[in-house]
Amino acid sequence: MSEVVKTKAPSEPLFSKKNRKLITDPLTDNNPVTIQVLGICSALAITVQVMQGVVMGLSVIFVTIMGNLVISMLRNMIPSKIRIIVQLVVVAALVIIVDQVLAAFLPDLSAKLSVFVGLIITNCIIMGRLEAFAMANKPWPSVMDGLGNGLGYAGLLVLVAFFRELFGSGSLFGYPVLGSPIPTEDSPLGTGLFALGYANNNMMVLPPMALIIVGVIIWVQRARNKELQETH
Amino acid sequence: MAVNKESNGYTFGFAIAMVVVVGTILSLLAIGLKPMREANNIQKKQLEILSAFIDLDNAGISRKNVKDKFQEFVNLEEAVVLNYKGEVIDGVYDVKGNIVPGSAFDVDIQQEYKDKKRAGEHKNYPLFIATQNGKKLYVIPVVGKGLWGPIWGNICLSEDMNTIEGASFGHKGETPGLGAEITQKFFVNRWIGEKVSNESGEFTKFEIVKDGSGNAAEKKVDGITGGTITSKGVEEMANRCLVVYAAYFQNLKNSAK
Repeated sequence: MSEVVKTKAPSEPLFSKKNRKLITDPLTDNNPVTIQVLGICSALAITVQVMQGVVMGLSVIFVTIMGNLVISMLRNMIPSKIRIIVQLVVVAALVIIVDQVLAAFLPDLSAKLSVFVGLIITNCIIMGRLEAFAMANKPWPSVMDGLGNGLGYAGLLVLVAFFRELFGSGSLFGYPVLGSPIPTEDSPLGTGLFALGYANNNMMVLPPMALIIVGVIIWVQRARNKELQETH
Repeated sequence: MAVNKESNGYTFGFAIAMVVVVGTILSLLAIGLKPMREANNIQKKQLEILSAFIDLDNAGISRKNVKDKFQEFVNLEEAVVLNYKGEVIDGVYDVKGNIVPGSAFDVDIQQEYKDKKRAGEHKNYPLFIATQNGKKLYVIPVVGKGLWGPIWGNICLSEDMNTIEGASFGHKGETPGLGAEITQKFFVNRWIGEKVSNESGEFTKFEIVKDGSGNAAEKKVDGITGGTITSKGVEEMANRCLVVYAAYFQNLKNSAK
């Protein structure tokens, strides 16, 4: 009987320093996109508008949290021979849930995100966290880890989308902050900045520009934090 | 009782149990959300038909109230389905070319356009009739292909069954800022006022031009710079679809004389 008492670890507070670090680390020094360079594909594809980035980010947060939670709860039951398949099935099921719910409640946005919601399955961040973290940790820290990595991904998505929508379409969340480039009878050049001769950067709405913005973010981040710089 | 987690029996058992549980959850979800998805599709179709002659934003029409507004403007009982010669058919063609009961609203021209099993002469051409300010309007759904994927639209003819009164275009994934601009008002407005048939009642083809002459010339529409292939797609779509309806309207006018 006494053995049982000994092996029981002292219970940790829910938001202990260690758990908080699980959330904050992926936001900055261990960002899944800029440091681990995972999930780049969707970051390039759906960051034309901030709203798309937000919904995609929320979808991924849902999948990382729920995926980590389910896998962590099942971690002692999953046969190791088929653990990757089990992870895939759980992730695929969650992604289908997200896709179906979006199609039912946000049909217009769902049409814009098109295949990229389905492709969350192939987002390396999710499989990476399941295999590296949830398979070896208790449910609560896994949820924290999922939340942190999901937020790290969503945050970067929104940041990239901010620059792309602002300079590519002159708007944010669809609201024309820089004025409208559509000519009217009163103002042949458009309104706002466009009336002064400003023009949208069409390059911004194409995927390659997202890669360049992500590159600049990585550059800024590494320039500010010497620890992240690699020496060869 | 200790369970050997590495045994084949346990592995198979786990896999089967997992598939059954996940399958049940997903199919329940799909069944539960099906009515919503169907309602969404109907709303989208209604919005697209209305957008051919109403500015949806100005009129405050959204998914929430489109059902009532659609009934206010469009009488689905007047809608007809034409064959490729522009003759009214009683029902709709199925994929094998048999005429089966069906309504114009249920015809999915986008599906029929890409369906390779369906012969060209078995395509259905629905025509919707709307009333706005006491005037009859004829809304023609069109479908074609752009640079990256399908494009579609609804073209609205005025009471004379010839002049384009309004239009709306949509696309699946044309290049943002270039081909995707076909949905913008400035492009749609270039079509307004164009005539489908000439004075002797023959259909003449539309042409997308690059030299900016489209504003003045009849049957010419200015394209979008940098969106040439998408613009050409709209041209092909309008010509291929409108010729059918031009024949129908011509017959209608001849029989009225």
